[in-house]
Amino acid sequence: MNKKWYAQPYILWSILFVVVPLLLVVYFGFTTKTADGSMVFSLENFQKFFTPAYLEVFLRSLWYAFISTVVCLLLGYPAAMVLSNRNLKSQGTMVLLLVIPMWMNLLLRTYAWLTLLENEGLINQFLRFIHVLGEGESIQFLYHDGAVVFGMVYNFLPFMILPIYSVMTKLDQSVVEAAEDLGANWWHVFRRVRLPLSIPGVMSGITMVFVPAVTTFAISAILGGNKVTLLGNLIERQFGQMNNWNFGSAISLVLMVIILLSMGFMSSYEKENEGGGLL
Amino acid sequence: MIELKKRVLCLAAALCLAASLLLVGCEQKETIRVFNWGEFIAEGVLEDFEEETGIQVIYSEYNTNEDMYNKLKTTSYDVIVPSDYMVQQLIEEDMLAELNFDNIPNYQYIDPQFQNTPYDPENKYSVPYMWCTLGILYDSEKVAEPITSMTAMWDPQYEGRMFMMDSMRDTIGITMKMLGYSVNSEDQAELDAAQAKLIEQRPMLLGYVTDEIKDKLISGEAYLGLAYSGEAGKAMEEKESLAYCVPEEGTIFSIDTLCVPKNAQNKEGGEKFINFMHKPDIAARNAEEMLYGIANTEGKKLLPEEITSDESLYPSDEVMARSELMAVSKEINEKNEAVWQAVMSAN
Repeated sequence: MNKKWYAQPYILWSILFVVVPLLLVVYFGFTTKTADGSMVFSLENFQKFFTPAYLEVFLRSLWYAFISTVVCLLLGYPAAMVLSNRNLKSQGTMVLLLVIPMWMNLLLRTYAWLTLLENEGLINQFLRFIHVLGEGESIQFLYHDGAVVFGMVYNFLPFMILPIYSVMTKLDQSVVEAAEDLGANWWHVFRRVRLPLSIPGVMSGITMVFVPAVTTFAISAILGGNKVTLLGNLIERQFGQMNNWNFGSAISLVLMVIILLSMGFMSSYEKENEGGGLL
Repeated sequence: MIELKKRVLCLAAALCLAASLLLVGCEQKETIRVFNWGEFIAEGVLEDFEEETGIQVIYSEYNTNEDMYNKLKTTSYDVIVPSDYMVQQLIEEDMLAELNFDNIPNYQYIDPQFQNTPYDPENKYSVPYMWCTLGILYDSEKVAEPITSMTAMWDPQYEGRMFMMDSMRDTIGITMKMLGYSVNSEDQAELDAAQAKLIEQRPMLLGYVTDEIKDKLISGEAYLGLAYSGEAGKAMEEKESLAYCVPEEGTIFSIDTLCVPKNAQNKEGGEKFINFMHKPDIAARNAEEMLYGIANTEGKKLLPEEITSDESLYPSDEVMARSELMAVSKEINEKNEAVWQAVMSAN
């Protein structure tokens, strides 16, 4: 109990930098600016958001985040399995290689792709050099939704691999051995033992990819050339260009509710599975 | 490890002490705090001001009007350099101090063309610093003929080689000018026409960018793009073949102004600074180095002929007469936003 005072700075920190800003967002979201500059309570911002033009952006963001998450899972799960294989000698190096890019800023990594993927970029120049492409031809890698999803997968893949990897390395080998002793083949061991026990990692991986993917604005701005508007871009525009903090806050609130719901769903699933794991 | 931590702490404490000594040292002298755009003052001008007046300048920079606005809410400055629409917003929110023009005698040199503007009709709060235009930055080696009109950005031969600006008011505004309407029009039929034009153009564009337009043209990724003349000038210095044109249909021009905020601690010092910036030779030095339009009539006479006769920097009177400043109001913003939203979600 006497340890309680240690917690005080953290409580203060959370109040100052989490609770207060959150309340400000709620305040702005539920008010509008009148002509004389005062704020009045209103649901106008939400009414505006739930019109077809904005709902389309909303659904697009969810859809691209969903695709990115699925692709990350399909690429990440096998990668985590390979990495967690105990017979792999260079395990540490591999994980390090995966983590090093994350030490660099996301913007920097995304800008680097521009140099590679532009119409006058290195890849197109190389393809022209080896005469796969004719003079003046180029493959349009950028400025469409494919580029945005690619950028999301590239940037967030480590967030899928690492949690799955960490769950898999902690997996009790004796359980696997028991299954094998009872005559299960590789597929059965995977299907009945490894997969169910790795689900908590998968769930946190999905959350860690989906949440940044649904909120990103930098990736769509840089790789999509702002031709693809996502929710993040919409919010950024309200603050950066429109000076409409109220609408921007309202969109943020809707986004926060969606994220909270999906995380709640995920964590309930995780708990169920922990229970299952004990049996 | 603990040893290291102690050392770091000691070092930090020493630095703090040194910094505070430095600050105390400054207080002996009169100081002003100037908050300016990045790269928006000629080299050596600050030093000359300090030498002439004995006032020390604490100088910091920002990149967007909005950044400046947010910073101003919590920090005190004596001189800021907001653009036209931001001046209007700051006046509306009562964040600017009325200037005492007894301290700014050089105001007599200000070009009347940039006085009594919509954002500060009585010239009470702001002194124009420099101005620039919105236009087309293009690669003269890649286009068939010199660009003169905004319609070039609807020309199918440049398909997949163009960028418009990721700035609602600029992109819609210059399209409105092309169609012969006002940048600040609230007429729904006119806005609808601009919307249709922009939706028609969208598939031909690579995208919408702001500052990156420089890189896109220098790397050869794009042949044409919207840019402000100041940015265009910087790009042209880096690549010989780049050129800039102000569309003949008229365009949006923008004035950056010198203002003293309400929260200034040394208003008179700030006014002295504003006055110094409009000494004709100083104004000319700034305009020559930045390649921005000069707002100082005497200073303009000191500029080299090749600069003042350059129509991309100083458009003809007819083009200027067709050009406008952006006005800001909730209605215009909302109408433009609806257009922008429709353009941005078109396929």
